[in-house]
Amino acid sequence: MEIAGSIFVLIGSLIFFLSSLGVIRMPDVYNRIQTGTKATTLGTIFVLVGLAFLSPDWTAKLAVLLVFILLTNPVSSHVVARAAHFNKEPMSPLTIEDKLEAKEEEA
Amino acid sequence: MADKILFIAAGISLLSIFIALLRFIKGPSVLDRVVAFDVISIIAISVICILAFLLRRFIYVDVALVYGLLSFLGVLVVARYYERGL
Amino acid sequence: MKFKAAVISLILGLLIWLGLNGTIGRDVLITGIVVTVITSFFFIGTGIFTDVRLTPKALFALVAWLVVFLIELIKSNIDVMSRVVTPKVRINPAIVEVKTRLKSKLGRLALANSITLTPGTLTTDIEGDTLFIHWIDASDVDIEGATRKIVGKFEKYLEVIFG
Repeated sequence: MEIAGSIFVLIGSLIFFLSSLGVIRMPDVYNRIQTGTKATTLGTIFVLVGLAFLSPDWTAKLAVLLVFILLTNPVSSHVVARAAHFNKEPMSPLTIEDKLEAKEEEA
Repeated sequence: MADKILFIAAGISLLSIFIALLRFIKGPSVLDRVVAFDVISIIAISVICILAFLLRRFIYVDVALVYGLLSFLGVLVVARYYERGL
Repeated sequence: MKFKAAVISLILGLLIWLGLNGTIGRDVLITGIVVTVITSFFFIGTGIFTDVRLTPKALFALVAWLVVFLIELIKSNIDVMSRVVTPKVRINPAIVEVKTRLKSKLGRLALANSITLTPGTLTTDIEGDTLFIHWIDASDVDIEGATRKIVGKFEKYLEVIFG
């Protein structure tokens, strides 16, 4: 039980490391959100579940924290992405299509 | 045994906070910095929870909860302001 | 029917209160029940949870949705992580347009959040039944193909829960 919990926490921290690497390496804001804000969600799930394995008394409060993060994380990444598109942040030259831009020009 | 592995995990998490901090310093626009701040605060929540286990203090989980609430509001306010003013 | 939102908010509030306390003592339980009953009075008549169905079939669909969502979360995380670690950044991004069949607002919120939480797809804007999604590996830019690939996985369960 103890070993399983600590392995879970270790996997979570490795996911954190990879996602912060993604924040550095990706070329524009949208792709940074893709690899940064959202990949950390799975890392948080792993860390909190591992801690719940390690000390079962804390499970209820860790579950509240996990639900809170699962509800707020998509909202903040959506808001940042919409603000970026509203301000016409430069998109990476690799981008092949932007349907939202085309629709805004139509209106 | 478990404490040692958790110590290593906290170290890796702090290293990734440092890497995200590089983007926070560099990031050409404000929104890049907001994304980096969001990543840093989510990792910090987990680091606080790991510390709470290492020090055996249950009350530190409350600190993580309040920190998550405040950082979410901060990201929301900055993005909202950047979109169309408050 | 009028009290449905109040009852659901009462149960949710009590669960959050007990989770935050971590214990079920007599004082904790009494305080929580008093406070949640008072706050749930404000929910009478508001139509927040009216779309939620509470039939056994809907509860089964909720569990199935959670399982599918967790599997998708892990699968797409592995995919995005492999994109990050390859020496040359291998991405093919686009903002695509998809349509949803869901009618209720709460259902659309759940759909947009579950699309956003799986890495690789990010809801950028919603207008009526149209969602604009930033996709890190756009293999299909026309509406039908993108709808089948992104929305189809979650929609059939959410349709049962929210209608």
